[in-house]
Amino acid sequence: MVEMIMHVELCKGCGLCQATCPQDLLSTSDQVNSKGFYPVVLLDKAKCTGCALCARMCPDLVIEIHKQTA
Amino acid sequence: MKTVFSRPQALTNKPLHYCPGCGHGIIHRLVAEVIDELGIREKTIGTCPVGCAVVANEYFNVDMQQAAHGRSPAVATGIKRVLPDRVVFTYQGDGDLASIGMTEVVHAAARGELITTIFVNNAIYGMTGGQMAPTSLLGQFTTTTPYGRKKELQGSPIRVAEMLATLEGAVYIARMSVHNATHVMRTKRAIKRAFETQLEGKGYSLVEILSTCPTNWGLSPVEATKWLADNMIPYYPLGEIKVAAAVEGIN
Repeated sequence: MVEMIMHVELCKGCGLCQATCPQDLLSTSDQVNSKGFYPVVLLDKAKCTGCALCARMCPDLVIEIHKQTA
Repeated sequence: MKTVFSRPQALTNKPLHYCPGCGHGIIHRLVAEVIDELGIREKTIGTCPVGCAVVANEYFNVDMQQAAHGRSPAVATGIKRVLPDRVVFTYQGDGDLASIGMTEVVHAAARGELITTIFVNNAIYGMTGGQMAPTSLLGQFTTTTPYGRKKELQGSPIRVAEMLATLEGAVYIARMSVHNATHVMRTKRAIKRAFETQLEGKGYSLVEILSTCPTNWGLSPVEATKWLADNMIPYYPLGEIKVAAAVEGIN
């Protein structure tokens, strides 16, 4: 079980995370944040493996990832 | 719950002011992660450049000193000599290091100062509005080379890492890139090795990092990473340019 916390107020909608996700699970929201950018959204929480490649490409530290340990 | 990825402690909570998709954010985070992993946050001192990263002191949760344009290596030399038990790094862009500050970095490297330089090369002047930098590629359009950079007029781009690698005092010189996640992780390893070189007292270390400037290149952030891979990497080859014998055992 992966918990992905999106700090959407930090997001500038650059799309680098979307281009990086190996499973194409990220998209752009249709709601703007307070900066006026369209932030990132996770489409399918169940499919995310928590590989954190998106977070490593994010220049604005929007994505935080925690994993449930069995 | 196990944390896979979160904000490193060596960064403050302040939102970064950089343009969308700018490589500075990634590089700030990598430096901060290395500081955390080495457990040196309480004894690290950085210097800010002049350029987009001029307010990096707001973001790094360590002591920072602002240096005059390009003079970071000279300021860092002073800090390190007065406080030899601290870890001192300079964070510089290509306009700062390769243009006005070329003298300072060459002599700091030649003296083998025990400092680490993080050199961000995005082939353009970012903060001042996209003028040609010494590292701009031939044919590259900037506000001061509206017909593309020409060898006959502006000369060829400077390969800083290779040039500094000829100096005895420079013991660890690497060139990395942040255009995809694989290279981001390689860049972090190189930054860690550079800091360890300093911690072990081996000599001067520098990591040149190829980065993007989507705003001034006139590209989207994703297009900019492709432009970097297609145009910059062929001219600026990646890898560890110089690993002196003294550094080989590290990491």
